[in-house]
Amino acid sequence: MHRHFEDQLEELKERMLFMSSLVEKAIHTSLEGLNNRNENLATQVLVDMEPQINELHLELDDRALQLLALQQPMAVDLRFITATMKINSDLERMGDQAVNIAQRALSIVAQPALKPLIDIPRMADIAKGMVRDALDAFVRRDTDLARQVVLRDDEVDSYRDLIFRELIAHMIRDPRHILQALDLILVSRNLERIADHATNIAEDVIYMVLGRDIRHHAEEKALASNE
Amino acid sequence: MSTGTTFSKLTIQIPLRTRTEEKKPMEVLSKVVAENVDFYYGKNRALSGISMRVTEKHITALIGPSGCGKSTFLRSLNRMNDLVPGTRVTGKIYIDGQDIYAKSVDPILLRRKVGMIFQKSNPFPKSIYENVAYGVKINSYAKNKAELNEIVEKSLRDAAIWDEVKDRLDSSALGLSGGQQQRLCIARSLAVKPDTLLMDEPASALDPISTAKIEELILELKKRYTIIIVTHNMQQAARVSDYTAFFFMGELIEMDVTSKMFTNPSRKETEDYITGRFG
Repeated sequence: MHRHFEDQLEELKERMLFMSSLVEKAIHTSLEGLNNRNENLATQVLVDMEPQINELHLELDDRALQLLALQQPMAVDLRFITATMKINSDLERMGDQAVNIAQRALSIVAQPALKPLIDIPRMADIAKGMVRDALDAFVRRDTDLARQVVLRDDEVDSYRDLIFRELIAHMIRDPRHILQALDLILVSRNLERIADHATNIAEDVIYMVLGRDIRHHAEEKALASNE
Repeated sequence: MSTGTTFSKLTIQIPLRTRTEEKKPMEVLSKVVAENVDFYYGKNRALSGISMRVTEKHITALIGPSGCGKSTFLRSLNRMNDLVPGTRVTGKIYIDGQDIYAKSVDPILLRRKVGMIFQKSNPFPKSIYENVAYGVKINSYAKNKAELNEIVEKSLRDAAIWDEVKDRLDSSALGLSGGQQQRLCIARSLAVKPDTLLMDEPASALDPISTAKIEELILELKKRYTIIIVTHNMQQAARVSDYTAFFFMGELIEMDVTSKMFTNPSRKETEDYITGRFG
């Protein structure tokens, strides 16, 4: 039996994939703007991409809400739609982080180069990889890939610590670098948040596929309290 | 007032939320226990190997497509199927530890203890009062008229219909609306002091408001009664029941805590049925 509802779920998924490709592009473009000291790229994120992401954010929420209200989905369908709603807001926030990075890039471009960037691009590669894998895991319903994403979050956190330490040392050595060092510290913080959102998405994928909630070590706690 | 200082003085204790999956389903008393029940209409096997425990003072919903055996199973719990010629039951069904198919069990007494509400309300063609008083009188539950009045009023109150009928107890029950007739039938069942109520699609012929009233009533009644309800309305099962059992082709496929069944059932067949992917 063909179900009209199935088409609507498929449409929701397609629109979400469109949104995620835009967000990935925004993150990528903002980092390119930073690495290449390119004002145009950074401005594109602010002017072109963010407004589109925001519109899709609203559209996806609306679609999901309509399906909840009109179809009263159960089980796997219910989990898919609620996961989509949560992933939707993680994507929108990632978009906001891309905007923050683009703004820092614009500020940095206006200053003389402090030093070639080394650790930030490395950290960015990991964060971008997490975003890509979390979304691939969503598309393929791949819980192994989702778990790998969750584990990689620690790597990003240690890069953030490393970058913080290094830039603080820079600031102590030469206070003229404080403004730019602060900009870069903020970028590393934005990247860390992007990785956190990717982790959230990966956790939602696991819930969507298996119906198991692994956030905040919920399963271990549930087991412990049942004993 | 400085909110900053107020906050620092507050000790907030937030109780840890009990997550639905953490509820252990079977630690409470089992009111009804079915063990390996087969049921035959002549040579046709309608139920095979049903084993189930029904928790006391909880609501258990039986769901499944038409012809899956859920109503047959429901009716076997108060031996209503005995009235159908050529039927046969094997396996055991215990209620309060008593084998209800044992020779010593009087099905009439069993049906008093295990009341039943049907899809189509079936009030007697008598007054509202008489509908409720009838079972009390034939069982001689009331010593005198005053006590009878008391039981009638209490039953009607418990069935959440008293306020609507108290001024016209002598009018015919057939003049009530469908939803009122159904609640009257519930009152009639309650009057003979059952402890378990079987409901076969009790709200499927009612409009949404009457349905909501019946559902509210069911939730109210579970404080004192064990309730087993057959329903085709998945949302109704999700709204009212504590446990849900999915029947398919005469078998019990899966039974679990309702919230688990409707968010993350263990069996593929259950998932296909409740998401409408069936067939």
